[in-house]
Amino acid sequence: MFARGLKRKCSEEEAPADPLQRQSLLDMSLVKLQLCHMLAEPNLCRSVLIANTVRQIQEEMTQDGSWCLPGPQTAGRLPRDRLVSTEILCRSARAGPPQAPDPADLASALQAVPAIQVPGAVPAGPWGRAGPGESRGGFPRSLDQVFETLESHSPGAVEELFSDVDGPYYDLDAVLTGMVGGAKSGPEGLETFASAAARPPGTGCKADLGELDHVVEILVET
Amino acid sequence: MKCFSRYLPYIFRPPNTILSSSCHTEADIISTVEFNHTGELLATGDKGGRVVIFQREQESKNQVHRRGEYNVYSTFQSHEPEFDYLKSLEIEEKINKIRWLPQQNAAYFLLSTNDKTVKLWKVSERDKRPEGYNLKDEEGRLRDPATITTLRVPVLRPMDLMVEATPRRVFANAHTYHINSISVNSDYETYMSADDLRINLWNFEITNQSFNIVDIKPANMEELTEVITAAEFHPHHCNTFVYSSSKGTIRLCDMRAPALCDRHTKFFEEPEDPSNRSFFSEIISSISDVKFSHSGRYIMTRDYLTVKVWDLNMENRPIETYQVHDYLRSKLCSLYENDCIFDKFECVWNGSDSVIMTGSYNNFFRMFDRNTKRDVTLEASRENSKPRAILKPRKVCVGGKRRKDEISVDSLDFSKKILHTAWHPSENIIAVAATNNLYIFQDKVN
Repeated sequence: MFARGLKRKCSEEEAPADPLQRQSLLDMSLVKLQLCHMLAEPNLCRSVLIANTVRQIQEEMTQDGSWCLPGPQTAGRLPRDRLVSTEILCRSARAGPPQAPDPADLASALQAVPAIQVPGAVPAGPWGRAGPGESRGGFPRSLDQVFETLESHSPGAVEELFSDVDGPYYDLDAVLTGMVGGAKSGPEGLETFASAAARPPGTGCKADLGELDHVVEILVET
Repeated sequence: MKCFSRYLPYIFRPPNTILSSSCHTEADIISTVEFNHTGELLATGDKGGRVVIFQREQESKNQVHRRGEYNVYSTFQSHEPEFDYLKSLEIEEKINKIRWLPQQNAAYFLLSTNDKTVKLWKVSERDKRPEGYNLKDEEGRLRDPATITTLRVPVLRPMDLMVEATPRRVFANAHTYHINSISVNSDYETYMSADDLRINLWNFEITNQSFNIVDIKPANMEELTEVITAAEFHPHHCNTFVYSSSKGTIRLCDMRAPALCDRHTKFFEEPEDPSNRSFFSEIISSISDVKFSHSGRYIMTRDYLTVKVWDLNMENRPIETYQVHDYLRSKLCSLYENDCIFDKFECVWNGSDSVIMTGSYNNFFRMFDRNTKRDVTLEASRENSKPRAILKPRKVCVGGKRRKDEISVDSLDFSKKILHTAWHPSENIIAVAATNNLYIFQDKVN
């Protein structure tokens, strides 16, 4: 019932001194956040708890120095600004203002090789590059892209997307409804994502790579 | 110390039948269980939006052994799946909570809620019907006026008992986020509904307005780090209520003070134990349920691994802490991965506030006697529940040699979770929801 790899790594619950363990926890959390927003309406409590966990890991990584802050551009800004806010973490990948975006744009946003250098968005160290002797493989690259995409929104765009009345999930749905085509109604489109996102528990991080790819595939081909 | 049941003042045994649906679908998963104020009725809500009410049999001299068992009294569809066109989202019909109103006449009233809408249902009996209408025939068809030559007075004649449920009020469009709690006020005129960020106060008679009494939504959602997880009115003081948060805190509010109760009157929080700190500390401290004791002197909270009892007069720490399944502490990473760490367990008091009960995994549920400090683990399962047999205490083996009848932590079935339980208000009868099965256990007589 417990994923084998994870069980070995996470057998003790003291504050993990093991950076690999911490990194895998961070990766897992980001995937959870990303996948949960593929669902119809994510559980706010769960999202907030996961986002807080991510923030906590980031803080520790910052203190450790294992997450190196970028250079002079960001001098003077507090570390907290570098940390991803709940709102950004909880947002879906969006390419612009709230209208049905071009499917190609969204797909490319999700799959983009990090060509856009947003200040501070791609710090060195575990985030963007493979550590010594560590094979990053396909999965972490997807996570980095996801993270970059999430962070590449300017604060203005984020505020604009966010409606006071409707909560943070409105825009994801506008995207999905627009994406899946005019002919299809909302529930059908959402079902595609629900089935894509639904997976048996405990399948582990490697399975999530396949899941992300599958979801992206749907976005591109629909 | 082997047989805990000897020390508890009661021993539970199941009735002749275990109430469950014959074919198990997702919609049959029970999502809430609640006794009414006399214990005569027991309501369950499920994921499919249905409410099933059980009624206790009247004890009869002829059947001494059938000591007041529960049978189905009424079944109705409370909520249907809805589609929010503005957000392009489906609204689940799952019943999150049911709360009974105290009985004031022959009919029964209950509140049931899904994520967005609260409904007031009237459940009433009909055992007579009028017969002998002048303008309609017995089937209800209109009679040809030309054939009517005499006048008669309709009379009431007995009929087979029919129980009907009618929606009397629908309280909608007041919650942007998902409703997690409803609580009837002791004034019996108002009630509150709580979602992740807001709590609203309603009058039963008014459906198009509610007062917002708590709002913790930050101006900038980027700053959101805490949500409301549960809320309840004080059982006697109609101005007082509590709400719990995802950070493990409880706030007690007095409505006589400012209209918006964002400033709490009391703030309950236990200081964190630095030796137990991990990345999961906050998640496991998130409170999944909060309940006032019947006396109103204490509150009980449930977080992932423990149940805590707080004295209303002491805010800095709980007076009692009970370990529900501490053997899971070393498995938190795996439980985070498979999402079990987000399971929301409820907790209940017995009628005299001397025993508390909560659920766990593997269809286990736990009881803690506050006076004797004894605790017991019981299992709700068909195999172990032969009618009239006494429930055997279970034990989880945490390591080392596993004794016979013990179960090891790694063998626990995490898909069998008991999230919802209820305790009869005055007797030792408990209702335990295990996925789609409802178990009712009663105290051994004599």
